[in-house]
Order: sequence, then structure tokens, then C-alpha cells
Amino acid sequence: MFDSLSDRLQGIVKRLKGKGRLTEADVDEVMGEIRTALLEADVNIGVVRDVVARIREAAIGATVSQALDPSQQIIKIVNDELIAMLGGETLKITYASQPPTVVLMAGLQGSGKTTSAAKLASWFKSQGRQPLLVGADLQRPAAVDQLRTLGAQISVPVFSEPGDPVATARRGVDEAKRLGKDVVIVDTAGRLAIDEEMMRQVADISGQVSPRYTFLVVDAMTGQDAVGVAEAFHQRLSIDGVILSKLDGDARGGAALSVKTVIGRPIAFAATGEKIDAFEQFHPDRMAGRILGMGDMLTLIEQAEKVFEQDKAEEAAQRMLEGQFTLDDFLDQLQQLKKMGPLSGIMGMLPGMPKEMKNAEIGDDQVKVTEAIIRSMTREERANPDIINGSRRTRIAKGSGTQVSDVNRLIKQFLEMQKMMKRMGGMAKPQGKAGKGKAKVNKRQLMREVGDMLGGQGGIPGLPGADGSPGLPPFFK
Amino acid sequence: MLASDLVNYGIPAAVIVVLCLSFIVYRSRRQAPGESLPSASDAAAAPLADPSLLASSNVPDSTTAHTADTSSVASTGDTVDEDSLEPAKRVESIGVTEVEAHGSTVESGEDEKASVRERTGRTRSLFSSAFASIRGKGKVDDTTWEELEETLLRADIGIGLTTKLLDPLRAAAKAGQIRTADDAINALRDAMTAQLATSQRSLNMDAATKPNVWLFVGVNGVGKTTTIGKIATAEVGHGTTVLLAAGDTFRAAAAEQLQVWAERSGAAFVRGSEGGDPASVIFDGIQSAHARNIDLVLGDTAGRLQNKSNLMEELKKVRRVAEKAEGTVNEVLLVIDATTGQNGLSQAREFAAATDVTGVVLTKLDGSAKGGIVFAIETEMGIPVKLVGLGEGAHDLVAFDPEEYVAALFE
Repeated sequence: MFDSLSDRLQGIVKRLKGKGRLTEADVDEVMGEIRTALLEADVNIGVVRDVVARIREAAIGATVSQALDPSQQIIKIVNDELIAMLGGETLKITYASQPPTVVLMAGLQGSGKTTSAAKLASWFKSQGRQPLLVGADLQRPAAVDQLRTLGAQISVPVFSEPGDPVATARRGVDEAKRLGKDVVIVDTAGRLAIDEEMMRQVADISGQVSPRYTFLVVDAMTGQDAVGVAEAFHQRLSIDGVILSKLDGDARGGAALSVKTVIGRPIAFAATGEKIDAFEQFHPDRMAGRILGMGDMLTLIEQAEKVFEQDKAEEAAQRMLEGQFTLDDFLDQLQQLKKMGPLSGIMGMLPGMPKEMKNAEIGDDQVKVTEAIIRSMTREERANPDIINGSRRTRIAKGSGTQVSDVNRLIKQFLEMQKMMKRMGGMAKPQGKAGKGKAKVNKRQLMREVGDMLGGQGGIPGLPGADGSPGLPPFFK
Repeated sequence: MLASDLVNYGIPAAVIVVLCLSFIVYRSRRQAPGESLPSASDAAAAPLADPSLLASSNVPDSTTAHTADTSSVASTGDTVDEDSLEPAKRVESIGVTEVEAHGSTVESGEDEKASVRERTGRTRSLFSSAFASIRGKGKVDDTTWEELEETLLRADIGIGLTTKLLDPLRAAAKAGQIRTADDAINALRDAMTAQLATSQRSLNMDAATKPNVWLFVGVNGVGKTTTIGKIATAEVGHGTTVLLAAGDTFRAAAAEQLQVWAERSGAAFVRGSEGGDPASVIFDGIQSAHARNIDLVLGDTAGRLQNKSNLMEELKKVRRVAEKAEGTVNEVLLVIDATTGQNGLSQAREFAAATDVTGVVLTKLDGSAKGGIVFAIETEMGIPVKLVGLGEGAHDLVAFDPEEYVAALFE
């Protein structure tokens, strides 16, 4: 997601790298590039103008005040501007003191309201709430069927009745009270911002159900029109936040990002996949890091905390500290890896990953082949790969249905990993001690450590220096 | 670094990352017993710990066995009267030409042109208001170019194409061929019209190899199903026999939505089981149409983001399998939402690579969006825009007329 914007910005940074001082001509050129990058990312033209002006001002000031690597300063300035543009802080969802908490979904046709409504219901469920979905899209054929199917998938009841959408929405809220549900999510029909009659209808719905949150669903692929649409909806409904849909595509999402600047409301959630639970609260600072290609270690760590089993993690950490690493460990880690989801997703969140690496499609097939090769080895061979001679290699290849060259490659890779693991174990130890006394874990510190372990000079999101070109672990070179 | 190296190193690299993460997880838990990391432990408490959260692009297994039993073939109403089927022999557009030939359902060609102008009124007014401030200004200066550029950018034409359009005009201004702002506007209009002038925009119908098959592809939410409904309505109105094949087996209730359109338009309808193999539904649809001597099969497919390689593979298969059925696939139409920004180019590139797209349908042009991305798609990829959707009604789909469209922008 947002790949192209980060690619372009990284390109700019790469060229600035090594320049001791930026001339005014350099700044002009950089601003031109940033302008093009933002426009190609569909950032609203008005917003582009303001942002570029602010970055230029800050950049010129910065180059005058200090000669300390200006490229890093520019990155920091752009990063800060992006965070401001994306909405500063994460929107904190609160609940009505008198339940139910009513949430109204609105947006253009095809923006993803129905799917987002179900995803949001699933999210509320994960927060320990009991949501009810109300299908007030009586316009599109089978829209209510779609909502019912999705509701059944996540075991959330769906209320709808034919007739008038306004009345349906109101009765939906009554129904929630009757059933003792504490959250009501009202799905509405897609409508054009210039369709007066339909806009009046959704305003009526809003008047009837008094939503605590009104979310505008915006497709991440939208172009320049997004801002006008958001303004029009905001005028009628007083939008509280934006749900950014289809963010798992390769859209750069700039238009949606401009919405915050224009209507002053944050992006609350982002849909990152077709599955119901591919839906997250939006973290502006992390997203800025991703746009700049500085990675998103926080999300990665959270993901790991979610899926790793504690004892497995502990075992792996211990072995790493001892600098031990066998093929069995390799196999174990592959299992953990599979839980983390597709490799490309993991790579995208790492700081300082080269673009090719992020884009390389590393399929489950390759993981399977690797597993098959290791499983075809005897216990002895796994513990001590040095004994794997020619005839053993042939046997392993036959057993795993691969070529001897595949086996050779795997062993070579493993030996490299083992070397690296020893080095990392050494690095991790003292830092582990240093962190012991703290009552609370400092995640930024941990992230820095991982950056160090990967061999970089600390590819840390939110800090200059993690700009994609340096910090590349020797492993990848 | 070679691509093959990347793949070779990908797994070990990822494993190392996983190890590091294990270390962090272990450390953070050991250090803070009882004291939770606010955000992280919230996340850990979530029951929906799906490992594929990161990029979940899973689809129902496309290899699902598909038998005749799983697909129900339903003819809706009295639409397919095999005795009275006339052999349709034509290669023409469902737009202007055809309307004149058949006369009925769709508004006359004149009306259509008027409606393009009328319904893109917002587009026109945005352009003209922008141009109004520079129109009549005697000399071309920097402000003129800035305004022209901004207007084009606002229409989602894109910075690349905008620069390509304006650079020659700037040169002409330097050479003295363009003197006034009005000259510049006129020259821009001519250049834009010229960009779109040469494309062949009619939809292919060839009765010799009946049934004709038109497939509809695109990302989620662009209006594929609705477009099919509208085309079915128009074609049935012209006396063509039509069958709708519900190849979107993924989205909940997509087949029901298409079925409603089949009933409304009087087209036959074929569907498979939800989560079933879309290729086999399309195949069955074509075979069924062949057996019943139906002229045209409109094949719906599930919306998919173009960067999901497994879903794009599935689409390739749909196209491949459709070729094997007893009919002719002579249109693959990429449906693009008029609100789409620069991502539209990526959509066109990927869908064209997967399915050999023959044309673009631009939908939702009745909103405030201008759909300028189709200029980029047509000029850079050579894929012609064939149809334009101007509203929710069954008859709000018309042939794309570049001159009218550009004129509407410049009036």
C-alpha cells in the first residue's frame, strides 16, 4: 500500500544523500519532485500546494540553521507533514453512556460501505461489544442480502425491513434497545454528493438515529474528487471520521489522505484486505513511516504478539542469545513465519527493505519446498549439517522431490544464517541486560535493537536515517 | 541483485525477522509481567487472531469441483423463445448506431449526446469556471498555464499526461503561434480531442459464432454488475437474446443482485454455488446459451484488486476457460469508476495483462468526478473507452463520444 509514493520519495532521498548542503536550486528540484510524487499519489492539488509551501519553508530554514545532513532533515520535515496530513493521533472510540452507540455509514456507490459495516461490527465484537447491523440500503438490489450473509459469517444479527430507509434505520435502533445490543451500525445506500434528494434522505436518517459516529467510507483509489465529496457529506452529516477502504490495493491513497486536511476529521479505520478481520484502526504516524518506506515495526510486533506462542518465542529467543541455530530451529521458525501471513506483507513493514525485496513475490510454495527439504533430513543431519555429503544430498533431494542444487542452496543459506545468528546473539545480550531494570518496555528501544540486529544503523520509523538506502543488512547485499 | 537471489534470500531473511520478533515478544513479556503493553496486548486479546491479517487476499479455492448439480440454470420468464429468435448479424455499438437501428428502448442518439453534456454538467462548470478566469485575458502568461494545469489535474488526467498536453502548447506560445489565453484553451481542446480521435469504439457482435461473450472485469465496487444489468436491458430491448452468467461467486449476494437484473431485463440467468469456481460458471453459461441459441452472454466476475496475483490468475483462468466453450469471447470490458484517481492506470495495465481487455466502461460519470483517468488509459495503453454510465437507471448507459465529452469539458 502507498508503495509508489514511498518509492518516489525514497528516490528523492537517495539523490540527496551525501550532499553536504542543499543549494536553493536543490531545494527547488526536491520540491518539484515532491509535488509530482504527491500528485501522482492523488493528493488533492490544493493540499499539495499548501504542503509543498510548508515543506519548502521548513527546508530552507533547516538548511540555513544547520549543515547537518540536510537530506535527513528534509525527510523528517516530510514525515512530520505527512503525519499532520494523515491526522495526528489515532481516533479513540468512546461509547454512549446511554446505549446503544449508533454508528452511521455513508459514502458514494461502490466505496465499500456494506463490507466496512460488517468489518466494523466484527471489530466492535473484538472489543467486547454486542453490535447490531441495520440494513438501510434499500436501493441496490440484494444489498441487504449481502449484509445478512456477512452478518451470519461474523455471528452478528442483522435488522432490515423493506420500505422506507429512514423508518428502517429508526426501527433498527429500537430493535437494538429491545435486544439489549450496545452498538448499532447503520448501513446506508451509496449516493452521489450532488444528488439532493438522496442527500436529504441520509440527513433524515442521521436526524432520526442521532449517531455518535458518522463515518464516511472512502475508496483508497479515489482521485481528486474525494475532497469535494467529503466536503459535501460533511456539510450535511457532520462526519466524525473516515473509513479508508481497499487500502490493500496498490493505490497510493493520497486523495483520502487529503480529506483530513480539508474537513479536519481523521481517518478512523482502514480496510486492508477482503477478509472480515482485515480491518484496523488507523495509526497516522505508522502510516507516514510506511509511505516514506521507513517500515512499520510497531504493527509487525503487534502482529507477532498476536500469533506467536509464548513458549516457542521464549525458546527461540533463548537459542538466539546462546548463538545457537540448527536446521530444526530453522524449521520451527518457518512454522512461526507461516502464522505471520504472506512474506510480502512482512517485508513491506520492515525498515530499509529494498524495493525489489518488497515486490518480490515469495510464495508459500517456496516455504513448502524448504520445509520438505529439511524434513527429508535425518535428525543427525539437522543437528550437524556438516555431515551432509554428496550421497546424502542426493537422498535428501529424492526424498523431498527436489534437485540436488536446491538442497545445496538451502544448506548454503542455512550456513549464512547460522553465522548471522551468532553475531546477533552477541549483540542482543548486553542490550538485553540493559533493558532488564525497566518496568515498562520501551518499544522504540526494542525496534532500534531489531534494526541493529538486522545489521543496519537503526532503521527506525519516525527518525531520520531510515531512508531505505543505508541500513541494509549485509545479508541482503 | 537479481530477482532470483531475492527469492532465494527471502525465506532466510524472513526467518531471521521472525526470530527477532520472537525475541521481542519474549522480552516484552518477561520484562513486564502483569503490566501490559497497551496497544499490543489489546491486539493480543482480540479473538480474531488471523495469521493472514497482513495481506489476506485469500479466495475461495478456485479448484472446487464443479458439477452440473451445483449450477442451476434458470431461464427467467418468457425471454428465450427459441422459435422466434432472429439471427442477429451485426457488428455495431449498443450506443448511437444501434439505437438508430432499433429505435426503441434507449433514448435517441441526439438525446444521448445531450444527456452526456447535461449530466456531466458539473464537470463542464468546473472547467468553464476555471477557464472563465483566464478567458478573455489577452496574453498568455504563467497564470494561464498554471490554471490550465490545475484544471486538468483536478479532472484526474494526471500529472504525466497533463505535462504532455501542455508542453507543446507552451512551445507553441513561445514560437508565437499561441498568443491569447483563448488560443491556448482552444489548442488544448483540439489536442485532447485528437488524443481520442482514432479509437474504434463499437462493441463486437458476430452472430456467425453464437453466442457472443462479453466479460466484465474490474476492481471492487466500480459497478460491474449494474453495468451488465443496463447492457442486458438495452440489448433485450433491441430483440437480442441475452444470458447473464453470475461469475462473481465471492461477494455475498452478488449472484442475487445479478438475478434481479436478469428478471428486470428479461434475460436468462445462470449461477453457480457461492464460493464456487467462477470459470466453470461462465463456461456453463456459454454452453447453456449455445444450447438455447442465445445471442449474447454477459459474464460477471468478482471485483478484485489488481495487485492480488492469485485473484488475477483466477481471472486468467476464467478467460481461458471461456474460450473453450462453444461461443466467442469478443469483448473483455474493464469497468472503471469515474472517481478513480491515478490508480486507474495500474488497473488498466494489470487487467489488460491478465485478460486482454478490449475496452473500458466508465461508470458514475453523473457525479462530480470527471473521469479524466480514462484519457491516460486510452492514450498510454491504447484501450478505447466504449461506454459511459450516467446514472442509476437501466437506460443510463451510452456510447462514449470523445468529441462530445471533450466539448462538454470546454463549453
